[in-house]
Amino acid sequence: MSLARPARTRQATAAPKPAQKSARSSRAPRAVPPAGRPAARHRADLLEAMLRIRRFEERCVELYSAAKIRGFVHLYIGEEAVAVGVNEVLTPEDAVVSTYREHGHALARGITAEAVMAEMYGKTTGCSGGRGGSMHLFDASRRFYGGSAIVAGGLPLAAGLALAGRMRGQNHVTCCFFGDGAFAEGEFHETANLAALWNLPLLLACENNLYAMGTALAREHAQADLAMRAASYGMPAWAVDGMDAEAVEQAARRAVEGIRAGTGPHFLELRTYRFRAHSMYDPDRYRDKAEVEQWKARDPINRLTDRMREDGQPVDEELEQIERRITEEIDHAVEAAEKAPEEPAENLLRHVTSARQGG
Amino acid sequence: MGASGTAEPKTTYREAMREAIREALRSDDRVFLMGEDVGRYGGCFGVSFGLLEEFGPERVRDTPLSESAFVGAGIGAALAGMRPIVEIMTVNFSLLALDQILNNAATLLHMSGGQLPVPIVIRMTTGAGRQLAAQHSHSLEGWYAHIPGIRVLAPATIEDARHMLAPALADPDPVLIFEHGSLYGLAGELRPPTRPVDLDHAAIRRPGTDISLITYGGSLPKALAAADELAAEGVDAEVIDLRTLRPLDDAAVAASVARTHRAVLVDEAWRTGSLAAEVSARIAERSFYELDAPVERVCSAEVPIPYARRLEEAALPQSADIVAAAHRAVD
Repeated sequence: MSLARPARTRQATAAPKPAQKSARSSRAPRAVPPAGRPAARHRADLLEAMLRIRRFEERCVELYSAAKIRGFVHLYIGEEAVAVGVNEVLTPEDAVVSTYREHGHALARGITAEAVMAEMYGKTTGCSGGRGGSMHLFDASRRFYGGSAIVAGGLPLAAGLALAGRMRGQNHVTCCFFGDGAFAEGEFHETANLAALWNLPLLLACENNLYAMGTALAREHAQADLAMRAASYGMPAWAVDGMDAEAVEQAARRAVEGIRAGTGPHFLELRTYRFRAHSMYDPDRYRDKAEVEQWKARDPINRLTDRMREDGQPVDEELEQIERRITEEIDHAVEAAEKAPEEPAENLLRHVTSARQGG
Repeated sequence: MGASGTAEPKTTYREAMREAIREALRSDDRVFLMGEDVGRYGGCFGVSFGLLEEFGPERVRDTPLSESAFVGAGIGAALAGMRPIVEIMTVNFSLLALDQILNNAATLLHMSGGQLPVPIVIRMTTGAGRQLAAQHSHSLEGWYAHIPGIRVLAPATIEDARHMLAPALADPDPVLIFEHGSLYGLAGELRPPTRPVDLDHAAIRRPGTDISLITYGGSLPKALAAADELAAEGVDAEVIDLRTLRPLDDAAVAASVARTHRAVLVDEAWRTGSLAAEVSARIAERSFYELDAPVERVCSAEVPIPYARRLEEAALPQSADIVAAAHRAVD
């Protein structure tokens, strides 16, 4: 198998054309920081959000090896710029639907490391009360409608959340994350058509990490230009460098502004890469090590710190403080999860139905 | 079902269902109807005829032929505070939405630790008997009754067609309503309910003392006809309409068997792994010492339902089969 090429950001043919040029130039784009937040501070925030996900998952690997965490665990390491960049442009009233590779989405959305870690431990204090685990993190108060273990299974749900928002006269956006594998599922195509037909306020955030589990993009798609295919549904669609948090944020901002202005669903093909195996069970025999190394050279965290250094920001001091805060936060999360109570077995049948005990 | 001979206007099962939907749309602006051809066409079986004109295209929403997407969209809309009624044209098409029904609607409440109830109602036509051949003649409600987290209804009378929808919409969890295709034309007087219609109890459609004919949905008229025939032969049959297939009203079944000591289960689904098998097992578990004869089952033959009339009739439970089964148990 030839090496999958690292993504080059480019625009797919879509109507209407995005107003800006995205990250075509060699110089990285400047994400527009939210009003009142200086650019330097904003970058530090992006950096901290990405590092929190990275360090959290690295700790998960240790805890998995120590058999503290079980089940399927799908790591997001390498893809952090996507969750963090997209989340920057969403409001608390917007809704998020995620996948089974969702620790990053959940943490970026503001679910605490403590609640996510407790869920990984299967404890009562977890964000799903210990009934979901790594693949099913939920937080209704943050409108985080969780991860689905069914590839593309969250897409129809997201269309419904978007529809309800519009029917209730709210100007909310629903953001649905999914991968290149989901793009091969009928549920993606049904939902893309429905969303475009009904002009739904839906952001389709496709995390193209080049592999559907072990199947490379070119081995599963007759036409691997996903943005171009999405555009065929009559929605603005373009590809973005998913290894660059600022590029992701800028693209997501443009898309979400369009959605809020009433121009219907937008599709972003966020070209990214997972540095780790598909799951903890995956021996990762289908990828060339050189390919992985090539992508690691584009690590979104290093990319941002390099850019900060170039611009003369005191990044090393910043990093030291960020790392200290995150270590404390994760230490605390692990400690709390260790101490948290387990759900007693007599509560087994709770939450099967709302009103009656059991199913 | 019987005609009372009073001046109450005649109505059909189809009209009763339409009136139930109309009432729901009028009384709660969170309610909307969506599905294939529910609007301009008026519903594949005419149930929603006229509702588009009355409520407009936002609330009587035609969908593309994308069962998974529009059922899933209904689930998402329910999560966000709406009360969708999703119509799937027929149960066979529901297989294209099975992922959404099983993996999302039925699981989200539990997976989220109780945070995400899904107050959706999904209606669909079920059953055979209209020479529609193998793919359009399934009775898969028993499959759905296998799934924890959802409620499964099978209205078999005009009254239930009219009155089960409102409590279904009030249920905070997913409710599936199976409407047997042969019932839509059922005509009679719609009498006001004598007590609030609940979704938890089976109904005794004909009291009797010699044997229990336990059934639901499209098989109810056949069971009632069989009971009439048995009465002429001196056998007093009780007819139990399960109404709700999940959760099953175990107490009603046990009470009937305690009265009659014999049971015939009538279920249009295939016998193997059927709802009739489940009810039979529960009778064995709960009423074993009440039984004076083995439980009898009258189900469809284990064959894809054929088109030819003679073959289709042979494949499905008929009144004569129910009568024969009752005699085996009684004689």
